Amino acid sequence: MADRPDIAPLRQRLRAFTNARVAIGRVGSSVPTAAMLEFQLAHARARDAVYDALTPGAVEQGLAGWPTISVHSAAPDRATYLLRPDLGRRLRPEDAARLQVEQAQLAIVIADGLSATATMAHGAALARAMVERLRHDWRIGPMVIAHQARVALGDEIGEAMGAEMVVVLIGERPGLSAADSLSAYLTWAPRRGRLDSERNCISNIRPPHGWSIADAADEIVRILSRARAARCTGVALAGGEALTAGEGPAY
Amino acid sequence: MSAYRIDLAGTRYRFDSLAEVMACASPARSGDELAGIAAGSAQQRVAARWLLADLPLVLFLEDQLVPYERDEVTRLIIDSHDRAGFAPIAHLTVGGFREWLLDDATDGAALASAAGGITPEMAAAVSKLMRNQDLVIAARKIENVTRFRNTIGLRGRLSTRLQPNHPTDDPQGVAASILDGLLMGSGDAVIGINPATDDLPTIARLLTLLDDLRMGMDMPTQTCVLTHVTNTLALIGAGAPVDLCFQSIAGTQTANRGFGISLALLDEAHDATQALARGTVGQNVMYFETGQGSCLSSNAHHGVDQQTLECRAYAVARRYCPLLVNSVVGFIGPEYLYDGKQILRAALEDHFCGKLLGLPMGLDICYTNHAEADQDDMDTIATMLGVAGVSFIMGVPGADDVMLGYQSTSFHDALYLRSVLGLAPAPEFAAWLERMGLTDPGGKLLRGDPFLASVRSVPALGGLCG
Repeated sequence: MADRPDIAPLRQRLRAFTNARVAIGRVGSSVPTAAMLEFQLAHARARDAVYDALTPGAVEQGLAGWPTISVHSAAPDRATYLLRPDLGRRLRPEDAARLQVEQAQLAIVIADGLSATATMAHGAALARAMVERLRHDWRIGPMVIAHQARVALGDEIGEAMGAEMVVVLIGERPGLSAADSLSAYLTWAPRRGRLDSERNCISNIRPPHGWSIADAADEIVRILSRARAARCTGVALAGGEALTAGEGPAY
Repeated sequence: MSAYRIDLAGTRYRFDSLAEVMACASPARSGDELAGIAAGSAQQRVAARWLLADLPLVLFLEDQLVPYERDEVTRLIIDSHDRAGFAPIAHLTVGGFREWLLDDATDGAALASAAGGITPEMAAAVSKLMRNQDLVIAARKIENVTRFRNTIGLRGRLSTRLQPNHPTDDPQGVAASILDGLLMGSGDAVIGINPATDDLPTIARLLTLLDDLRMGMDMPTQTCVLTHVTNTLALIGAGAPVDLCFQSIAGTQTANRGFGISLALLDEAHDATQALARGTVGQNVMYFETGQGSCLSSNAHHGVDQQTLECRAYAVARRYCPLLVNSVVGFIGPEYLYDGKQILRAALEDHFCGKLLGLPMGLDICYTNHAEADQDDMDTIATMLGVAGVSFIMGVPGADDVMLGYQSTSFHDALYLRSVLGLAPAPEFAAWLERMGLTDPGGKLLRGDPFLASVRSVPALGGLCG
């Protein structure tokens, strides 16, 4: 494989400052074999994460006995989920009724989103860290484990549970450099039709490279208490990192 | 609004509006299905095309898909319509227009003089009757040339936007990607950063870095930090070195409001950037990005298909004689363009329609990890666009944008296209590459050591040269 010794020093110099795929060398106009296969492995990891499903019991096991309730969005499978984001934002009808008997002040949703890999890696640990910090100040319902879920599914879940606030822990769209990154979306007074501008978000929860579990939990607690005082989230919560990009185009 | 009917093979098809004919005639794509406006069957799709083929082009000046009274983009399209340019094609139907475009007698000059007479809706309509190869051969006739510090869009040339994004906007991280790109002959369309932040001091620092690098190496190219026009206006006011004014645009007034812009704001930004007079060989100062699906995603589509709305964004762009227009075709995700086939089709449509309307079209040939696409699809799209005469593509280290989290084209991909199609960078930039010892007189890329030695003293490179 063409990994020329003469480019190694340049590669080291450039890679010291960026994790971009710089100085990968070339054979003619083309990418050397090892660099090509490295790229394919990263893409394969991301693709597998997109199609990964929450293993039954995987999240529950990490919750140290905290009660759970499992719900599904109106998207019956992954293919539909990817094509119909609107269905991923709505509950399967029978699940809304099941949630209405679980009244709570704070609803915590652990959702697969676009990476069940991320949710299974960090979701339960973060939820547990949140409960440890919040259980005396908030009446927390059962952990809602949501399948084929988009962020806004939390609005209908929180509304059904009569919650003041919903926190959705959800797997982010996998990139080549990270397939296991989790986000937390916080929404005051959740109800169907909430706008993305009415949420706060912490993204890149991915120890040890991104937010640690403890720091992410502390930050969520901080936003929760400010939201409770101001009775709002999103752009209206001054100084908060409001969500601007959402799940749509970021350009 | 009137109803349209056609009898085809014993079945009567009825469409309630021109928008419905257009949507049903569109090649299948997930975004139109998500909007609930796509053809309900394959036969209905072809019926809509038969019907569309017999509609006169003048109809698009009378039957507005998005109401004139409610939308400033429609008003722009109608009020700026070039009647003289339209005259040679005014008698044609959409089907006849397709044949006129493909006729050997219709050359680049004829297409250029008609451009102002062609509305976005006419371009969209005819594209729906064109196969992929039609979109290639017609686009290939058109040469839309723009200039700032070099000349972009000449026949036989392929330019690249060097895209050195970094997750935390680290200046040395950005510089590392730029150096890598220059060593691979990239950067003649623009060296353009998508910043991770909207923080003005950070953006100002990036602009200064880019300007220092450009001047330090005496590069005949332009630089840009892709931030909102209101930020660029503020940065111009603060004296930051702004070459180009960037903005994302869409095809309806409501969608543009979602982007935080209006034509009045774009007018202001364009005037302020031109007043800086920083171009050396020309003063095309705007850089626009577009992409099918943006109107639907902001709930501003008026029941019009996403490809027609994309064409309407080109009407916004051409008002400002931009240096670069770039359709970020696969970025939006599978709910709008599902797979490699749909992304390819959209890329060829956007390129052809933009060129037909007079724009310097580039493509961000790209995909996200939840789309059914991979590098093989991007190779196909890049090759077809190269043959079609695309003005520029992106150059991202290893095709992996570590800030935006999607895959685009690499520096290598541009070398591949230049190699298989015999294309060269913009002439001024090609001469610079040779002068700096990066290419031989035949344009062949050389080892970069002499270049690295010669730019070692440029402070903005911060010791990256060794």
